[in-house]
Amino acid sequence: MSVVQSIDHLALLPAYAAAGTAVLVLLTDLLLARRGATLAVAGAGAVATVLVALLAGRQTRSTFCVADGCSYLAGGRSALVAVVFGLLTVGVLALAAPALRAGPTPTGEYCFLLACSMTGGVVLGAAGDLITLIVALETLTLPLYVLVGLRRGSQASAEAAVTFFVVSVVATSVTLLGAALLHATTGTLHLARLGPVLTGGTPPAAGAVPVDHPLTTVAVTLLVLGLAFKVAAVPLHAWAPATYDGAPLPVAAYLSTASKFGGVVALLAVVQGPLPATRTGPVLAVLAVATMTVGNLVALRQQRTVRLLAWSSVAQAGYILAPLGVLALTAGRTGAVRDTAVAAALAYAVLFVVLELAAFAAVVALRPVGADGGTIADHRGAGRRHPLVGAALVLALVGLAGLPPGLAGLFAKVVVVRALLDGGAGWLALVVAVNAVIGLAYYLRLAATLYAPTPVATSGGPVVTGADRPVIPRPVAAALTLTTLAAVVLGFAPQLLLDATRW
Amino acid sequence: MTVLLVAVLALPLLGALLTAALPARADRTARAVGTGFAALTLLAALPLAAGDRGWFAYTTESPAIRPWHQVDLPWVPGLDLRFHLGVDGISYPLVVLTALLVLLCCGYTLWRVPDGGPGRLLVALLLVVEVGLLGTFLALDMVLFLVFFEVVLLPMYAMIAGWGGADRRRAARKFALYTLLGSVLLLVGVFTVVTAAGTADLVALTGGTGLSRGTQLAAFTLLALAFAVKSPLWPLHTWLPDAHTQAPTVGSVVLAGVLLKMGTYGLIRVAVGVAPEGARWAAPVLGVLAVAAILVGSLVCLAQDELKRLIAYSSVGHMGFVLLGVATLTATGLQAALIGNIAHGVITGLLFFLAGAVKDRTGTGLLAELSGLRETAPRLAGLLAFAAVASLGLPGLAGFWGEAFAVVAAVQVGGPFWTTLAVLAAVGGALTAAYLLRLLRRVTHGRPTPAVAPLGAALARTELAAWAPLVLLALVIGLAPGLVLGMAGDPVQALVERVTSR
Repeated sequence: MSVVQSIDHLALLPAYAAAGTAVLVLLTDLLLARRGATLAVAGAGAVATVLVALLAGRQTRSTFCVADGCSYLAGGRSALVAVVFGLLTVGVLALAAPALRAGPTPTGEYCFLLACSMTGGVVLGAAGDLITLIVALETLTLPLYVLVGLRRGSQASAEAAVTFFVVSVVATSVTLLGAALLHATTGTLHLARLGPVLTGGTPPAAGAVPVDHPLTTVAVTLLVLGLAFKVAAVPLHAWAPATYDGAPLPVAAYLSTASKFGGVVALLAVVQGPLPATRTGPVLAVLAVATMTVGNLVALRQQRTVRLLAWSSVAQAGYILAPLGVLALTAGRTGAVRDTAVAAALAYAVLFVVLELAAFAAVVALRPVGADGGTIADHRGAGRRHPLVGAALVLALVGLAGLPPGLAGLFAKVVVVRALLDGGAGWLALVVAVNAVIGLAYYLRLAATLYAPTPVATSGGPVVTGADRPVIPRPVAAALTLTTLAAVVLGFAPQLLLDATRW
Repeated sequence: MTVLLVAVLALPLLGALLTAALPARADRTARAVGTGFAALTLLAALPLAAGDRGWFAYTTESPAIRPWHQVDLPWVPGLDLRFHLGVDGISYPLVVLTALLVLLCCGYTLWRVPDGGPGRLLVALLLVVEVGLLGTFLALDMVLFLVFFEVVLLPMYAMIAGWGGADRRRAARKFALYTLLGSVLLLVGVFTVVTAAGTADLVALTGGTGLSRGTQLAAFTLLALAFAVKSPLWPLHTWLPDAHTQAPTVGSVVLAGVLLKMGTYGLIRVAVGVAPEGARWAAPVLGVLAVAAILVGSLVCLAQDELKRLIAYSSVGHMGFVLLGVATLTATGLQAALIGNIAHGVITGLLFFLAGAVKDRTGTGLLAELSGLRETAPRLAGLLAFAAVASLGLPGLAGFWGEAFAVVAAVQVGGPFWTTLAVLAAVGGALTAAYLLRLLRRVTHGRPTPAVAPLGAALARTELAAWAPLVLLALVIGLAPGLVLGMAGDPVQALVERVTSR
């Protein structure tokens, strides 16, 4: 074997674009030191990453290959993941732009960290071995520790950063331990080879522990649990609400969309092929049920907007994991059903990310520049003052609840339920169904508050003149419009997404 | 004709968007625009009956659903979702009833907008509800049916929560959560069938071909539960009285007039059609629950003191008759259910309009405070008497056919079990008469109370325009039930043959 690997740079183009964005942002900040320019470079870089990923996704390529398999697999799947991360970065930058221009937060650092995180996400989708996967996931998460703590002078923000940091590091070490043990039992780290080895199709490398050793079960469980931390699945969720609430609003939006999506992609990568379904299935089924139920029940009692969205996103993680619960059943382990389940989880995750970003964008638009999410009561009557933003927020919330007119959300639920019934897991479909009812209760509470009469009503009635409407910054309005548009388009043409998720 | 089929859905949707988009200062114009679109929708729906009906084409080999007209386009192949619409003798009366009632409600808002929000939004919501209702009745694809079924939920919630009475939020939330429970059960039920059969086409699925017994039992249980919440069937009815009491008049009219029919229509078209073996298996349970609904509804009505609540509970009883008709699984029973559906829509729609008018004028719905209405408002009291008499099933008026033939169908099935059910249902019918007569006695007799005393005899022209079609329909359907039964005869016969053949 040659010592020098040949590297397919074409496959790596999206990753280059993302990393290049980070470097360019750093240079722009250093040389020009103008906030607007830095923001523009970061935004343009993220858009370029999306475009490159779209172009590169037309063909399947792989690089960093050894006898065992390849570490970097570019194709439709990695393109979809890269596009989602790129668009999320653009969206979050737009949401953060007004606060960055006005506030004390250092723009250069902010954009650089966000671009680094995007790079992690772009590589994550293409990861072909466990080490690349974990490193990419860490690259995605690491900048967020700093971003969460960037609300200067806020104790909540600092506490949130520390909580997030500690929990996340523990999660990573658990994942790494799982990966190390797996290497000990199988002698390989490549995802493509792990599957055959673990199912006994291929003999493990010389000197490895026998595959049916209890150590394998421990390794698989640790790996899945470590990744479940990132998804904020119950019982590994406690960090999420506190962290989201303490973080600046755009960062909270990024955490609940990009960070969660990263966890999902990593989990899907190890569950679809490599890890034995007999061991992951039951764990995932239990995680899914616990996550959606606990998330929904606790969300019922939240009084702060971001906490409500945070708990709801915990519940949504449960719906994302639910289709994977079919792996717990014998009928659910056949190739076609397993692929349907994975595609369903991914489709749900993408639709959730779009709706969640729309909801956060609307909350950012309704709040003063740089403010946190406030309490739900702060939003009283906001829908009457800003009819369009109110409508967008209601559409996003209703979509998260899974009902028309948020058709995207309805189809998301349909995809999950269909995958579950395909795999014969009717009981899990019923759990999802009942949870959707609980979920509607709190989404409706927030939506209804938007249109509740304001307590200090001037005698003039509900009609508010244009004068006392605070102006919504243009980038925020654009982000909100585009995200809502994406949700509407995906609602009417979900086939676009369903085609993209079948890899 | 296929253009009309799509127009029936596109017109109200377009109307809703336009109405909502008009600025606040053009509120009245916006309401008029919305009403115009509702009228166009009715005009588009009426001619659907024309054209080749293929009466003779029902044979044992042909599919049990033979739509007069249909549209079939792919939408989301990955979810087996096709945009497949069609109209036949079972759905056509409901489509027309929906279009008519929504038009009347929109017209009514031209004259009076309940407190709570801008009238144009109320009209827009009414039109969105209409899209959902018409789509549900026209859908020939199970997944499409599900989508439209869910479309109705939130606009109706917003209507109650925005324009309702004092306790509207709680009532609206209860409505939304209960009916969503029904919807999600429908979701699971629909995909139980779709994943087992590999298609969502109702035309292909009707008759239960190719579904195992276990699948059919599971599917029917889920679907029947879903529709039972919507209908509503005792004991899943508790959302209904609250929602009705709090909803604005037009909301109550649409809710009672057509929204409940989504449940019974779905039961006939989807649940019974797709899982006949499950239907046969569950029929006795359904029959018992239906009779329980009739009896419980009537008994509760006897003790009600509030006008709208009483009418709401009476719906539980009336829908009990409809469900009893379905439970018999005979041609007579299904026919009774269909005409009972229409009659209840017309009469209860009228009753809620009248109750709203009484409440608007007097500011109270308590029966004790309404005595002497006949003295001061004879026309209103007269119409109320007419509607109540029609509701209690006087022969010659619309309410008679559905209830009488549901009982007849149960007797025809025979055996001690169904005969007992028939007798109990008949007793329920007598109780229905009792509480409606009690209502009339309380409202029309006695001395005028302070709330009633200042009323004038006059009725607004809009009110007359909104009520007259319903009064006429109650008479026409009562005298010539063949109008509804004639077109439903063959499709029902075809359905029954599929359901009863083993």
